[in-house]
Amino acid sequence: MMKLFGNNKLAITGFLIASFLAIAALLAPWLIPYDPAGQDLSNRLDGPSWHHPFGNDELGRDILSRLLMGARVSMRVGGAVVLLSGVAGVLIGGLAGYVGGKLDIFVTVIVIDSLMAFPGILLAIALVAFLGPGLDRLIFALVIIGWVGYARLARGQVLKIKTLEFVEAARALGASSARIFFLHVLPSIVQPVLVQASIGMATAVLAEATLSFLGLGIAAPAPSWGAMLNDGRNHLFDAPHMVVFPSVALVLTVLSFNILADAFRDWLDPKSLKS
Amino acid sequence: MLGFVVRRLALTLPVAWIVITLVFGLIHLVPGDPIAQMLGEGSSVTEVARLRHELGLDRPVIEQYRNYLLGLYHGNLGVSFRDQQPVADSIRARYPATIELAVAALGFSLLFSIPAGVISAIRKGRFADRALGLVSLLGVSLPNFALGPLLILLFSIGLGLLPVSGRNGISHLILPAVTLGMGIAAMTMRMVRSSMLEEIHQDYIRTARAKGLRERTVLFKHALRNGLLPVITILGLQTGALLAGAFVTETIFSWPGLGRLTIQAINARDYPLVQGCILAITLTYILVNLLTDVMYSMIDPRIRL
Repeated sequence: MMKLFGNNKLAITGFLIASFLAIAALLAPWLIPYDPAGQDLSNRLDGPSWHHPFGNDELGRDILSRLLMGARVSMRVGGAVVLLSGVAGVLIGGLAGYVGGKLDIFVTVIVIDSLMAFPGILLAIALVAFLGPGLDRLIFALVIIGWVGYARLARGQVLKIKTLEFVEAARALGASSARIFFLHVLPSIVQPVLVQASIGMATAVLAEATLSFLGLGIAAPAPSWGAMLNDGRNHLFDAPHMVVFPSVALVLTVLSFNILADAFRDWLDPKSLKS
Repeated sequence: MLGFVVRRLALTLPVAWIVITLVFGLIHLVPGDPIAQMLGEGSSVTEVARLRHELGLDRPVIEQYRNYLLGLYHGNLGVSFRDQQPVADSIRARYPATIELAVAALGFSLLFSIPAGVISAIRKGRFADRALGLVSLLGVSLPNFALGPLLILLFSIGLGLLPVSGRNGISHLILPAVTLGMGIAAMTMRMVRSSMLEEIHQDYIRTARAKGLRERTVLFKHALRNGLLPVITILGLQTGALLAGAFVTETIFSWPGLGRLTIQAINARDYPLVQGCILAITLTYILVNLLTDVMYSMIDPRIRL
């Protein structure tokens, strides 16, 4: 890890926060002090206290417990979206770049350009609007918009790598195209894909929260940071803690993965190492 | 120049056609019967059949598609299921509010990012650079649905300076514009900073200084003009973030725009209206990207080659 981050304190902090979040998400069922769906109407909208460090929401549910379980949802969606879109994007984009010709034109001009024509997460909003809410549909919608970034990256990298001498050498030794693609070309593009995955994690967590905020994500009463923020919006005057704590959790998560992406990029860029 | 515009338009039209086709196909993604979904539980078979006929969904898909394209050609996006108003009229009524918000957000992001980026570049490594770097990192990481309520907490509830919601004059526009524009401002600031750092070490800047020009003239008249070129591209791309971000910002501030209309239509399962809104926003985005490219080619003729 020291080799990766060196003396970059910001990167180490980002790594520690991301690790903490991942562990908190993993152990959430054992860490939560209260049932995240358990209502206590006599203590609704209570501010932070010893018993409820982050306070209660409008139904008297413990916000700390809901945040911890919400971290689980965020990490699950983020992990699934990064994995599925990463594999699909690298394979489709990589193959388009490697094979070239009509396949490349079809993938880049028709499929990718058309999907990129939708602004931001509008396509995900449209898909969820018509498919209906639910965790699996949400992940599907985010993968549909997420794989494009990996495909563009993989295509560009493969176009560069397939002309290098070690690929020529493998071909001269009689290796099949499939063997060259999977065993020689793909392993060479892992590093930039890692940077993209780190950014993708932050983007997926944000997108899940955005859709849940708009009421298009995880169905209630399952806790999601975006939905918690939406609930808190109606109580800005009497219970601002309902907005503050989910905001902080979300910012820390996105910040940590963005910092990690920067650290990976620095690690991969020889110019920045020299400086 | 004209050749470039024609070439760029030739690339845009097929994409616009595919987008229109995808939006047309969205209603067929609805699990089960979209008509039954729209009418909700307890709807009679007669009602379902009547609405299916009204919306033309009982005809072959090819015919539906042809009618959809013909309707688009005549500016007809169908009829809203809930209020029976033409979808095009609803969109036309809400469109100006979204454009007003997007333009204000873009204006805020430029007013913030250009001076901040220049200051950051000329004060590289000093306190101002670090402080602005932190602001930009926060701006990139703070989603608008977290920033909006926090701004309301601070400026509306805490200080009582600005209204919480609605659309009634400049004072109502400030918080939504800052919420929507902050992410873009942060990103553009980073771009201006790195672009300026590159420019201020160029030979022509040394020449300008050697001529005895004032530092302000060197920075703003010489370096910034070239430094802003890549920023235009970024701004064009960021329009997508603006339009998508309008969904959240308009919901937070009850801004009567297209984003809020879309969310209301989704919640009401008013599929024709959702389709119309998504199409309007996406076509706007495609058009803005086209205009950005044309503008960029006017400023930097190398792009036309």
